[in-house]
Amino acid sequence: MSVQQSNIEHFDRETGKLGMWIFLFTELFLFGGLFLVYAVFRAKYSEDFHTAASELNAFIGTMNTVFLLVSSMTVAMSITAIQRKQRMLALFLVSVTLLLAALFMMNKYFEWSHKFELKLYPGSLVLKNLNQGELLFFGLYYMMTGLHALHVFVGMVLLSINLVKIKSGIINENHFLLLENSGLYWHLVDLIWIFLFPLLYLIT
Amino acid sequence: MDIPVSFIISYNIMLSKVMSNENQHISSYASHAIVLIILLVLTTVSVLVTGWHLGAFTVAAALLIASIKVRTVITYFMHLKSENLFLKLMVSGVFVLFGLVIVITFIDYYFR
Repeated sequence: MSVQQSNIEHFDRETGKLGMWIFLFTELFLFGGLFLVYAVFRAKYSEDFHTAASELNAFIGTMNTVFLLVSSMTVAMSITAIQRKQRMLALFLVSVTLLLAALFMMNKYFEWSHKFELKLYPGSLVLKNLNQGELLFFGLYYMMTGLHALHVFVGMVLLSINLVKIKSGIINENHFLLLENSGLYWHLVDLIWIFLFPLLYLIT
Repeated sequence: MDIPVSFIISYNIMLSKVMSNENQHISSYASHAIVLIILLVLTTVSVLVTGWHLGAFTVAAALLIASIKVRTVITYFMHLKSENLFLKLMVSGVFVLFGLVIVITFIDYYFR
């Protein structure tokens, strides 16, 4: 009897999603704190921020924005595919999301290594000799894009787990909460980039 | 003794299946594609607007467009549109709270 009872499924999709949203709220405030620091220092050192921001490559930033927007769509579509029992399509869409995430990271790698070549990395002599505001801008740039890239990486790990579970049928048309929550996480990564992109790359 | 237990178990399984299918809203592929096109257009607009050098308006315009994009992603990609009122209120509440944090910080910064 006790064996039978342990087979009762405790599953509540609504609660599972609510938990994820609450976690995303804490993420919002994690990045929100950095946005706030950015806003205050931008108000204080607007000239320096202007000079420093012009060092960033707006083209790479725009390309990465497009990658993340498209990947947001593919992950949202993969949930539709799972609900409609189109497993192969769901696998394809999650794979495309992963590919776009990898392209984003590759861009970030080239972008950062170019900055490092120019000796614009935290603690470098070149950076130390810049104005106070420029120093702050690059500090915030590395902190914000670095923390964001870490989230992209975590998202990639989550999506890979989903890929395996869709393949094995653990994630199916009745149970896809993990895919939904991973999708929510991935959209958060996109949301943060939507704000980072104009603040760091465009407003120069 | 055995019958009610197995009845309860099967009822629970049935309930959990009903629960997992409850409010199951399936968004179409086309609607997602349209949302993406809107987001790409908004991105293009924000890139163009910042090229015009409108001074303080550039920042305002870029942030306004970013807010519209964020709202679009939350509503359609994150499916908040088909969620319950409780969650909708929570999400709005958190953004209001975040807005207040920004406003209060700047009040402190300018009038200290």
